[in-house]
Amino acid sequence: MANALDPHAAIATTAGGLTDGALRTADGRPLVRALARSQALARRRAFLLVLPLLAFVLITFVIPIGQMLQRSFYNDGFSDHMPQLSQWFAENPRGAEPDEAAWTALATDLQASAEARTIGIVGTRINYDVPGTRSLFTSTGRQVRRGIEPPYQAALMEINEDWGDPRLWSAMREASNPVTGNFYLAAVDRKRGEDGSIQQVEERQQVYVMLFMRTFWLSLLITFITFVLGFPIAHLLATLPMRKSNLLMILVLLPFWTSLLVRTTSWMVLLQQQGVINDILVWLGVIGGGGRLQMIYNQTGTIIAMTHILLPFMILPLYSVMRTINPSYVRAARSLGATSWTAFRRVYFPQTLPGLGAGALLVFILAVGYYITPALVGGSSGQLISNMIAMHMTDTLNWSMAAALAALLLGAVLLLYWVYDRMVGIDNLKLG
Amino acid sequence: MKTTLVLSTALVGMAFAATAQEVNVVSWGGAYEVSQVEAYNKPFTEKTGIKVNMIAADNPSTPLKAQIEANNITGDVFDIEVSDAIRLCDEGALVEINPDDLPAAPDGTPAAEDFIDGALQDCAVANIFWGTVIAFDTTKFEGEKPSTAADFFDTEKFPGKRGLPKNPKRTLYLALIADGVPADQVYEKLSTPEGVDQAFAKLDAIKDNVVWWEAGAQPVQLLADGEVVMATGYNGRFFDAMVGEGKPFEIIWDGQYMDMDMFAIPKGAPNPEAAMEYLKFATDTQRLADQAKYIAYGPSRKSSAELVGLYKDGKTEMAPHMPTNPEHMKTAVMDDPEFWADHDAELTERFNSWLAGA
Repeated sequence: MANALDPHAAIATTAGGLTDGALRTADGRPLVRALARSQALARRRAFLLVLPLLAFVLITFVIPIGQMLQRSFYNDGFSDHMPQLSQWFAENPRGAEPDEAAWTALATDLQASAEARTIGIVGTRINYDVPGTRSLFTSTGRQVRRGIEPPYQAALMEINEDWGDPRLWSAMREASNPVTGNFYLAAVDRKRGEDGSIQQVEERQQVYVMLFMRTFWLSLLITFITFVLGFPIAHLLATLPMRKSNLLMILVLLPFWTSLLVRTTSWMVLLQQQGVINDILVWLGVIGGGGRLQMIYNQTGTIIAMTHILLPFMILPLYSVMRTINPSYVRAARSLGATSWTAFRRVYFPQTLPGLGAGALLVFILAVGYYITPALVGGSSGQLISNMIAMHMTDTLNWSMAAALAALLLGAVLLLYWVYDRMVGIDNLKLG
Repeated sequence: MKTTLVLSTALVGMAFAATAQEVNVVSWGGAYEVSQVEAYNKPFTEKTGIKVNMIAADNPSTPLKAQIEANNITGDVFDIEVSDAIRLCDEGALVEINPDDLPAAPDGTPAAEDFIDGALQDCAVANIFWGTVIAFDTTKFEGEKPSTAADFFDTEKFPGKRGLPKNPKRTLYLALIADGVPADQVYEKLSTPEGVDQAFAKLDAIKDNVVWWEAGAQPVQLLADGEVVMATGYNGRFFDAMVGEGKPFEIIWDGQYMDMDMFAIPKGAPNPEAAMEYLKFATDTQRLADQAKYIAYGPSRKSSAELVGLYKDGKTEMAPHMPTNPEHMKTAVMDDPEFWADHDAELTERFNSWLAGA
């Protein structure tokens, strides 16, 4: 395709306009077409070159993450194994009292599900919404497997009276549609009441909103600390003579190359109550043996360890930007009468902003999703939202809940990225 | 000719590797794993030629559930708790086990009668009874030593940090026992919101003094490092540290939480036959009795009890260290799998919310 910016194409079109397409290649084809073909070929070749990467990213990244996120609003644990009852819910609007047809559907589904040993899956799904109902399904399943006689309402109520609980029916109605927003509600400490309205969960069960806030607050704090600590180092790196700055650079990079686990456990050795720092303080007499400081297994531990681990991500972009800043600007400012503070504030610092933006964004985004360090040194008050996601992935196996929390986290980070782009501009980002 | 030879050898080798018998057993690691390697795995490999690969996990049900959910089973036999065994069986994830297939006791009693009540489930067979107990460092208490669950929560009388597992199952019951609830009413209490509140209120009293642990080896380590002065943990691990390594620990049996460990085979296991062979072999009378030689956990077969003798050092009598010792059973709380199948998710949320709150 002829491109307006392509000078050759421009010549060809202008010339073509003048002499009815007389500009031709040696073998007599119009130049425009020949050029377009050769460019298309080059483009196709370039595309083929990136194709493996594209396929790799698609297969290992986009598809699994998409599948995982899909679970946050799609859970067929109930509808798949209770088809008849789901059908009844679809046909009868909310508020309809369960009639004998509904009870028949329930009994048939329970029986089939118990036969197929999928009753546990159904019970687990409902147990998310109404705690304590899992055994209702499994124990009833064991009984109806032996057979059940109509009328079903009476029969099921005889097995367990809890079958008449309107909360249970409301939860089953919710679950009968595999597409649901309930996991997102739960992820922000909300739930649906019997009438379908959205309510806050009890105060003592609320945890996620608080953890989201804590995650963002700690990430901000860590970003700020890495800035305060990293800025002078980056400046030193950029201004020292090559030989010295190389040595310093190795000191910055060495921990960067060391395994994350090694660094985290080293902090445990240093900070724990019977650890190196406390021992030294006691030895120096600063604190008594009984007053050893609690510096780990709490928020302090999380902040210290994560700041250390994320520091290089702040230093490196800052350094690469500072290297390119011409020292004569500051000298010029000084010679024009600026104090060193004014020269720094009005001349030097603004020029480091692209590096600072990149570093801050990197550190913040990494901190928001950090998992292993808070898990190891965070104790209870240093846990972040990612630890809750991990718990739902491996412990409670509520993958839908984990996906909903992860989706919210992802959304928040994307939002932040967008704000950053609007305010600072992503083009101003310099990663190195 | 030469290439053909090399190729065919390679092919035979591959075919052999594919059929070479092995079985992947996922268990809890540490001293417990050692006891299983010594009592089950070594004689099993000797007898059948099947290689046993031990894989350690903080709680084997975690990788098992993840493997089932991801539909990619790599383990053959999993050593899991009763509540997990029942739950996964109800979800159709485990192979059903016929008690008639299990070896009978030496005197001919069929397996169905030889196992202690509850030790045979539809999809799992118990190997041991184990207790979660309190242990303390005797060197940290000069005068009176703690002796009850209530003392664990009394940081005024017995100052120092406590080690507790980071889950509701093995903390709430202890809080209730310490608050004076009789062992047989613990679940009744926990079924009511007031009972749960009571347990959390009791935990509040020591919250600032708790170091939370997640893997079974941690409480022993925390005690040994002096990070805590008292911790709850698995009795066999404490026994190993006390008798095996001579650590100055002592166990408080008051408020013991008893559970069974069970062997289960997931549907879709890579080596189902070898897995079943292993399961049958490892839960026979002699093997269960042998395990008690290496760790202080009670065998799940009645016929194994009389075969339990001395610890591997040849002088320590095992009976006083067994969680199943009648003396230790007086205030023991037995695990209730149905209760936890129902309330685990709910109480875990509440527990996390409580834990994360400042």
